[in-house]
Amino acid sequence: MNPTITKNGIALYTILRKEVVRFIRIWSQTLIPPAITVTLYFIIFGKLIGSQLRDIQGISYIQYIVPGLTMMSMITNSYANTSASFFSAKFSKSIEEMLVSSMPNYIILLGYLFGGMLRGLLVGIVVMLTSLFFVPIHIQHLEVFISMAVLASLIFSVAGLINAIFAKSFDDISFIPTFVLTPLTYLGGVFFSITQLPVAWQKLASLNPILNIVDTFRYGILGISDVNIYHSYTMVCFLVVVLLIWCLVLLQKGVGLRS
Amino acid sequence: MTALTVTNLTKIYPRNLIALKGINLTVSEGDFFALLGPNGAGKSTTIGILSSLINKTSGTVSVFNFNIDTDFEKAKSCIGIVPQEMNFNPFERVLDILINQAGYYGIPRKIAFFNAEHYLKKLHLWEKRHNRVMHLSGGMKRRLMIVRALINNPRLLILDEPTAGVDIELKHSLWQFLTELNQQGVTIILTTHYLEEAEFLCKNIAIIDHGTIIENAPTKTLVNRLPIKTLILETSTSIQQLPKLDNFICRLIDNTSIEVELLKGQSLNDLFMVLNNHQIQITNVQNKMNRLEELFIRLIAENKAKSA
Ligand SMILES: Nc1ncnc2c1ncn2[C@@H]1O[C@H](COP(=O)(O)OP(=O)(O)OP(=O)(O)O)[C@@H](O)[C@H]1O
Ligand SMILES: [Mg+2]
Repeated sequence: MNPTITKNGIALYTILRKEVVRFIRIWSQTLIPPAITVTLYFIIFGKLIGSQLRDIQGISYIQYIVPGLTMMSMITNSYANTSASFFSAKFSKSIEEMLVSSMPNYIILLGYLFGGMLRGLLVGIVVMLTSLFFVPIHIQHLEVFISMAVLASLIFSVAGLINAIFAKSFDDISFIPTFVLTPLTYLGGVFFSITQLPVAWQKLASLNPILNIVDTFRYGILGISDVNIYHSYTMVCFLVVVLLIWCLVLLQKGVGLRS
Repeated sequence: MTALTVTNLTKIYPRNLIALKGINLTVSEGDFFALLGPNGAGKSTTIGILSSLINKTSGTVSVFNFNIDTDFEKAKSCIGIVPQEMNFNPFERVLDILINQAGYYGIPRKIAFFNAEHYLKKLHLWEKRHNRVMHLSGGMKRRLMIVRALINNPRLLILDEPTAGVDIELKHSLWQFLTELNQQGVTIILTTHYLEEAEFLCKNIAIIDHGTIIENAPTKTLVNRLPIKTLILETSTSIQQLPKLDNFICRLIDNTSIEVELLKGQSLNDLFMVLNNHQIQITNVQNKMNRLEELFIRLIAENKAKSA
């Protein structure tokens, strides 16, 4: 095989392995909390409150929130993985181990992204499995379900990485999740259908990428959606491309990494 | 073949802080090269640029004829870097750090393990291979940085103050280790504040001050360049007053020690003869200062006077 490809493959494997070992080693902080959170959501919103709510588009409330809760966990975990891991490496300066080596920047990018995506997807599986204890689920559109899971974890892994690149302190990597991601997620139709909103708000809400992701993901699982899924895919793919290019340019310029 | 060529390298940090003012350096393959300079002279900045941790403002750098901008993968795989400051993840274990570092260079784990074992044993860290970095002593961490820099078998090893804060015994064993490495063909560049270190180890020396190279010559030439050499002589008997000693410039420090400024061309033998004629027996001779130190202080002072 081409020696450069082999070398880059080894470098990529090294980062990915390190990332996976990291989040598996701290499984009690990475894989268990989403399962607990989602169990609580199911008990409170699904069983206690949800039993008093009407069905949404013919789907029971507890079933209706499964895709959103799964997606919410995937988003938070992908984001948390790249942002925390990359920023810690920056903080301890051990990032220099990668920067001085001969591997190209796009391998660093891919290594971290795959790490974040893997955690996001793994958490997604954990949450889905947990939800099976509460409701039966039959996936309606497998290709939509899988592609949205992959694209969403990719988007938020890149976003987390970009956050870590700019971050100067640990506070900076909790700012975006708290003040941007959480509100967008809660307003992103995890717990309600946007058709319940006034028309003007519906228009505004449909610009929220998280809403598009959640809704399309819900279409993949339950077969119902509020937004046009082609519109969603266009938006999501556009975001992927923009974020990837932005991140690569940042790494290439050495923003926040090289003085 | 040249191991390193640096041309017109400049670095301006934010707020217009000029750290390098267009330096030129050439280091041949197999050389043992010292970059000497006072604090803040620009040594670490230069090394940072070589290791691509610092973006240069202008100029070119090539390593074994590979340009670090256009051919960076090839250039970088020739280099091993030992930074001035620790840059470990303190929670990582010694062996993991080495195997991962090798992995970043595209070296398979098996070969990495083999290299790691070799150098860990050489630098007496093999017993610590499963320890976390935070449980290593300062000297051990410094040695680990050297092992890490060697894990990709670099042809050019660059060390930024490798012996800062290590004890004398370790310093000497590191010197020996580096000398052996150099004999095996590895080109070495180091920065240091210890002039004896440069004099003992290095074949060539460049002196940098305020971002300019003010001297660049073989160590021998530099040491011999000093017009005078100041010696301290100890006498066997007490002397009350120093007799006139021909052309030698002497001064009595105390009753049993004389300071002599030996000019170029004056021999120590003649001095002893003259002293002998005056019945003065010498029991010990020593340099007042390390010779390079003397030159260094002179050059820095001259540079200051020039820029003032
Ligand atoms: N990241 C940085 N940002 C701004 N200025 C810097 C930075 N790093 C170094 N400098 C400045 O550049 C100049 C050269 O610093 P450098 O670290 O290269 O010196 P040095 O020769 O390695 O000194 P020392 O012997 O103390 O390690 C100094 O004036 C320093 O303040
Ligand atoms: Mg320095």
